[in-house]
Amino acid sequence: MTRRTGLCLLALGAVFSARGAVPAAPELDVVKVRDNIYMLVGPAENTTVAFGTDGVMIVNTQSEAMAPKILAAVARLTDQPIRYIVNTDAHAANTAGNVIVTKAGKFIADRIESDSASIIAHENVLNRLSGVTGGDPPGERLGWPEDVYYKGWMDMHFNGEAIQIIHEPHAHTDGDSVVFFRGSDVIATGDLFAPGAYPVIDLERGGSFQGIIDALNRLIDLAVPDANEEGGTMIIPGHGRVTDEYDLVIYRDMLTIIRDRVRDLIHRGMSLEQVQAARPTRDYDGIYGSDAGPWTTRMFVAAVYRDLDRPAP
Amino acid sequence: MGGALAKGADARGGCVHKSAIAAALLLASAGAGNAALAQYFEGKPRLAQGEVDLTGGWLQKFHQDSHERKEGPAIGDYTGLPVNDDARLRANTWDPDKWTVPEHQCEPHPADYGPHGPANLQISKILDPHSLKTVAIQVIVGWMVPVRTIWLDGRPHPSANAAHTWMGFSTGHWEGDTLIVETTHLKEGWIRRNGVARSDKARLTEYWMRHDDVLTLVSIVNDPVYLTEPLMRSWSWTLDPGVHMTPYTCEAKVEVDRPQGFVAHWLPGTNPNLKEFPEKMHLPESVAQGGADQMYPEYQDVLKALPGAVAK
Repeated sequence: MTRRTGLCLLALGAVFSARGAVPAAPELDVVKVRDNIYMLVGPAENTTVAFGTDGVMIVNTQSEAMAPKILAAVARLTDQPIRYIVNTDAHAANTAGNVIVTKAGKFIADRIESDSASIIAHENVLNRLSGVTGGDPPGERLGWPEDVYYKGWMDMHFNGEAIQIIHEPHAHTDGDSVVFFRGSDVIATGDLFAPGAYPVIDLERGGSFQGIIDALNRLIDLAVPDANEEGGTMIIPGHGRVTDEYDLVIYRDMLTIIRDRVRDLIHRGMSLEQVQAARPTRDYDGIYGSDAGPWTTRMFVAAVYRDLDRPAP
Repeated sequence: MGGALAKGADARGGCVHKSAIAAALLLASAGAGNAALAQYFEGKPRLAQGEVDLTGGWLQKFHQDSHERKEGPAIGDYTGLPVNDDARLRANTWDPDKWTVPEHQCEPHPADYGPHGPANLQISKILDPHSLKTVAIQVIVGWMVPVRTIWLDGRPHPSANAAHTWMGFSTGHWEGDTLIVETTHLKEGWIRRNGVARSDKARLTEYWMRHDDVLTLVSIVNDPVYLTEPLMRSWSWTLDPGVHMTPYTCEAKVEVDRPQGFVAHWLPGTNPNLKEFPEKMHLPESVAQGGADQMYPEYQDVLKALPGAVAK
């Protein structure tokens, strides 16, 4: 390239930049967890892809912008069709890509193979996405999880392994599911766990701080580490890096310690502002905290305070 | 020179370093003389590619930092550590009862603390099956026998979204006779086993050096979360072909009946155990709480100025 050509390209770049060209969606980081299970890391959330001779199961579809990238990544991993989508909660960060992804799938239903993948979630997710509860306008129907379960858990056998979709009531939201691939020994947790961030406690959508701790304790019971408290059951969090039981344990420990500290400050009669000023999370903020973005440390402490300060149901 | 070569040959099981000898012959033919040859080989058995041979069994010199290695550090003793206030709060609220629950019982020491021990080492190499070049060395540490791999083949560190492990992901390269190792992807661990935490954002830089039959490791931990300055430590081992590593199988069990989700900790300001160490050592509690200034010789003047501290 001559110097003049280079300058021209720089000038063109400046023009596009000045006109506010739409930035391309970021690329997915494709992380292998098992031979048949990958984690696709997007800018905000993770997607789990599990595949085999029966087809593909996808846990969470991220945003509309990221959904085509998810499809491209899946196509590089397998030529099998997408049969199932699982939504671990109703937030758009996990469900906005549903329509695009389901249209690319094929579900084998009673006597037919339909032209879309089945979308599975807890009933509370369907109620919110369809506008029945929560007051949000309903999204496009094709993206609703109409294959719902109502109580406890849902079992299925897919790609030669048992899969349990387990409801965690009142955790990140009131519709949380974790997906346990029993044969592969992998758990996709959804957003009740994120190894580098405080969990979002969506009190308005039925979430609770204690519910998140309870869910983490159940996950610790499910997970079995390999030697030296490492490896074994692998955990795919809602966002952040791939993890194992020890990462769950220290996350549970941190939240439990913060719970006890905030509860103690409440018992001493402190207001929310006083508790925030006391910084009960300060020794963990360097790992999990944030002063900016959609979920700051201040917002987290406020949610913890409000949840612990409200009367027991 | 002959002695050094003989020791190296023992450590390598009788292999002869052709390239090292070729280099020595080259030096001799260039008129460098016996002094240069002796300097070249002195105390550094070499592998085929010319790098220093670190393989073999290494016996820990147990007198170093003995309080870390035997009874363990006292609760509340952070002296000499460049910790910040966040690290102090975390350590001051730490409770050793955490080890009473199964999920904490089988934690090994992470790579950066492991050399404190018990840490006899067994170091071996992984060869490329075709070129027979060393692609990595493996270090087995005595306590709970974790296997650490240090890649020497130039591979990049994995994605930030890859799993973190106790040993982390290590790559190394030789600069002269020193193996320099960079480690990322460490699980959250500790820099002193009394609750002084080291975050999973830390990076470990190491310098492995062999002088005759002594192996020295200089370790630098950079932790943007809990340290105000890098923490530098060093350890030494002596070559001992008789070092024998024994398997360690940890079985986690319920040893104390606790409610599900029990997490041992003290609320801030309530830990009564923090007083024991400064009282025993006749130090103000503020000194026990450590800080970067305590790493430097000038801090002796601060200690001398403490009322009664020198007399005790």
